[in-house]
Amino acid sequence: MHHVIIGAGPAGVTAAETLRREAPADNVTLICGEPGPPYSRMAIPYALAGKIGEDGTRLRQRDGHFESLGIAVRHDRVTAIDAAAHRLTLAEGGSLAYDRLLIATGSSPARPSIPGLDLPGVHACWTLEDMRKVTAQLRPGTRVLLLGAGFVSCIILQSLVQRGAVVTVSCGSSGRMVRSMMDETAGGLIMAWCRAKGVTVLTGGRPSAITSAASGLLTTLDSGLTAESDLIIVGTGVKTNTGFLAGSGIELDEGILVDGWLQSSLPDIYAAGDVAQGLNLCTGAREVHAIQPTAVEHGRVAALNMAGKPTPFGGSLSMNTLDTLGLISCSFGLWMGKEGGEQVRLLDAGRFRYLRLELFDGRLVGANTVGMTNEIGVIRGLIQTRIRLGGWLERLKRDPSRLAEAYVACAQGLAAE
Amino acid sequence: MQRALLILPEKCTGCRQCEMACSFEKDRSFNPSKSRIRVFDIHSQARFIPYTCTQCSQAWCLHACPVDAIRVDLSLGTKVVHDSLCVGCKVCTIACPFGTINYNADSGKVAKCDLCGGDPACAKACPTGAITYVDAEQTGYGKMRHWAVKTDTQTAAQV
Repeated sequence: MHHVIIGAGPAGVTAAETLRREAPADNVTLICGEPGPPYSRMAIPYALAGKIGEDGTRLRQRDGHFESLGIAVRHDRVTAIDAAAHRLTLAEGGSLAYDRLLIATGSSPARPSIPGLDLPGVHACWTLEDMRKVTAQLRPGTRVLLLGAGFVSCIILQSLVQRGAVVTVSCGSSGRMVRSMMDETAGGLIMAWCRAKGVTVLTGGRPSAITSAASGLLTTLDSGLTAESDLIIVGTGVKTNTGFLAGSGIELDEGILVDGWLQSSLPDIYAAGDVAQGLNLCTGAREVHAIQPTAVEHGRVAALNMAGKPTPFGGSLSMNTLDTLGLISCSFGLWMGKEGGEQVRLLDAGRFRYLRLELFDGRLVGANTVGMTNEIGVIRGLIQTRIRLGGWLERLKRDPSRLAEAYVACAQGLAAE
Repeated sequence: MQRALLILPEKCTGCRQCEMACSFEKDRSFNPSKSRIRVFDIHSQARFIPYTCTQCSQAWCLHACPVDAIRVDLSLGTKVVHDSLCVGCKVCTIACPFGTINYNADSGKVAKCDLCGGDPACAKACPTGAITYVDAEQTGYGKMRHWAVKTDTQTAAQV
């Protein structure tokens, strides 16, 4: 049996290792679309900041890790899949046969349609290669404009400031920061914090044009406001890498639609990680959850199924954590609320602390936090295990900051009192 | 033979010697906020509950780490954070459903219980026997692991 995995991010790497363990006699090939050993995109901001070297971004630190496990790593890109023939077409020429296939090709930055986006000095900061280009142009005092104020932009923001750059962030038409993971109050705190730390935050609409001027790049927002910079980093969202699947007949929505065993609509083809649209634990709907924990869990479960050990996927929990210049924020599950549910909020704007809990049917279903880090994981525990809060429900409504206490007490069987 | 912390909340008086011992061992300070074991004071139920990592077999923190900075110590069964590799991304802190791996803003890295390499300071400091370091096979260890199993996503999905 030959298992082929396309994509060497966390989902692909975890799947390769799981297959090696669960099906020791089978062949495993890991196709890596970028040069060098498999690395973590999540580590790029820390390499950009100079906190780690490029080696520190590797998903597995040990030299020869994949070779020693008997996993064949192949540097190439897949351009097409012939599902009926169980065969892949490769960019370097030739083809590769598979018995079972895992698509873990992740996502790429979406390119907004703004005139001037192809000018020199305009970059994404998504791959190691992107990071090298940005780093080469970055000096203390370099003026950097971040287009977009979502998670990816915000996580790079800190690195740029640490490198001594003068940073401006353009929030686009929403005028909000990290709106896909934080509510307006939390986003507002993050914005105020960034401004207090010397970052310019623009809420004057979406960029309509970028032009080259003598003193740098000139970006015009649709409100007429302009911003001048030496570098522009585009962080206006991502899209799943499914282009090579055109004509394959695979069922696609935002990503590759997968069933409860992470199998796609095509026989012997599975999908995992950022490219997969699988079960959301909180909603029961299929969604793309482009986060590391989901990628790893997808990779593990898909590999078990590929190895012939039927394993249902229990669903993923959307969650994230962001550090913007020392202000730490988190989101979990249905932080935006659920119809018929209840909301509890605790806000101390002066100290940049915020906690929003979403409760439904006597359980926690979502949360937003700002400025809190201790025992933060219990939020996942409470949501994922669907713990009934019992008497703690009323206590949390009076004082939501007792969340960790509530979890520990409930886990000890002290919920009912 | 692997050993584990056996925590008996009914024996805890809330003296917080464990927190002091842990923070001194790990941070050279007497500072409960730097302790990797925390005593919860459940006022409403008049209970103290010492709480720390159970070194669960799911190892949520380890699998969530994007840079291979959390690894298993095979002799102790502990999940250990390697400071030289941790970038401080905090994904493990939201992925651990027990909340027992936490971010330390001073070091810029995460910290969790590693059983002090096999000689846990909290157990030595506990004057009432609420925290003891026992053979993993002994009764009671299964109970500790029970929480971990309950949090498995597959189990959760069936509830």
